[in-house]
Amino acid sequence: MKDNEDEPLLVAEGLTKRYGRQTGCQDVSFELYEGEVIAVVGESGSGKSTLLQMLCAQMEATSGRVLYRKRDGVMCDLAAMDEAERRFLARTDWGYVHQDPTIGLRMAISAGGNVGERLMAVGQRHYGRIRGTATSWLNRVEIDPVRIDDSPRTYSGGMRQRLQIARNLVTEPRLVLLDEPTGGLDVSVQARLLDLLRGLVADLKLSAVVVTHDLAVARLLSHRIMVMRGGKVIESGLTDQVLDDPREPYTQLLVASILPL
Amino acid sequence: MQAALELTGVAKGFTMHLQGGVRLSVVSNVTFSVRAGECVVLGGPSGAGKSSILKMVFGSYRCDHGQILVRRRAESIDIATARARQILALRKDTVGYVSQFLRAVPRVPTIDVVAEPLAGSGTSRDAARRKATELLRRLNLPGPLWGLPPATFSGGEQQRVNIARGFLPNFPILLLDEPTASLDAANCEVVMELIAERKRCGAAIVAIVHDHNVRDRIADTVIDMTRFAEIA
Repeated sequence: MKDNEDEPLLVAEGLTKRYGRQTGCQDVSFELYEGEVIAVVGESGSGKSTLLQMLCAQMEATSGRVLYRKRDGVMCDLAAMDEAERRFLARTDWGYVHQDPTIGLRMAISAGGNVGERLMAVGQRHYGRIRGTATSWLNRVEIDPVRIDDSPRTYSGGMRQRLQIARNLVTEPRLVLLDEPTGGLDVSVQARLLDLLRGLVADLKLSAVVVTHDLAVARLLSHRIMVMRGGKVIESGLTDQVLDDPREPYTQLLVASILPL
Repeated sequence: MQAALELTGVAKGFTMHLQGGVRLSVVSNVTFSVRAGECVVLGGPSGAGKSSILKMVFGSYRCDHGQILVRRRAESIDIATARARQILALRKDTVGYVSQFLRAVPRVPTIDVVAEPLAGSGTSRDAARRKATELLRRLNLPGPLWGLPPATFSGGEQQRVNIARGFLPNFPILLLDEPTASLDAANCEVVMELIAERKRCGAAIVAIVHDHNVRDRIADTVIDMTRFAEIA
């Protein structure tokens, strides 16, 4: 797919979501290229999660559209795909990491099962190979493989989040959407997770959209930032440009509110 | 010969919305160019806008007016109007920047902090690490520190990590913000040698240095930044 490298992987055009009279998201447009990480920052209720859900067709947009370039190079409007095709993409090409790992994981099955399930969903049947892949992914996300048969209920918050990441990345998706991936974790656990994510994103050349209210997370993980407020993108640009030279009053307030260490 | 870097009529100011919209002008009408193999030192007192110039060339500050042309192989790219993707591409193989302070990622060992930009520009991770080791040794950073994250290092040690990171890839444009500020004489000497080597390789360098001895040794041209300060 070398000749397509200059084409974006994902294009959002005028994405708008209204809940009755409330606006969740208004006229959001951007392009995401392969290997690129965009952070969406802003306070709670600014429309970040609404945007994320529209990007992978978990939520229908009131207006606007999302185009996605499939592995065959064809750009497709998500809304025009049939449900089966969208579900196939969700299992193979996309990952979605929830802030709450109990939503993204199946808590009733083992850790290995959680990772293996996505592999089976893409057609793998050989038990030994599935287990082997699951083991190597547990290693990769720094979970001791002796815990492979344990339920994620017995895992700490940080381990659950790493397991959720392994479950999502095992099928080698091209696009990963992360909703506050470090929210609610201790800072030391956060640092480890961020470092891990940074490495994985770079090694696998993943494209990602990370929703976070933590500017430090955005600084560490992203190439570009979009600042949202009241459902609109009020400022966007290179991550260090937006954080070192913020232009909008609200962005300046966000940057000025970071507690110094 | 075409310049490697050329600034024309560059202006920069800040509007401080949290301070009632106060507008601060930093520089205006900055015009100079740097040839391959030349080292231009920006002179002038603190607050004259020297660091802002480097940040604009690197793309981490926006440029309000003017043009910042960077030569990348056969093409010229205007940083002032370039898209984010173009600037990121330039940082991968054309423009290197040694900032005043190291912004270290938690948990990443020094050796990888240094090797990262080189590995990112296509060299294999092992080869990048090997070269990183050589450079760290040359900068007299003790071996036991290589495997540790630099967050807890002293100022001078962090500075050397930062220098190694910036000098390791062979970028045609190098921006140096007080690279020798917290170094002892011996390490300062190493940095001056590195700069000389890089010039011989044809790098265009823009540096900020306050030390006169260092400045006299490395500078081909000194530009007095007070020339460009906006008269309030």
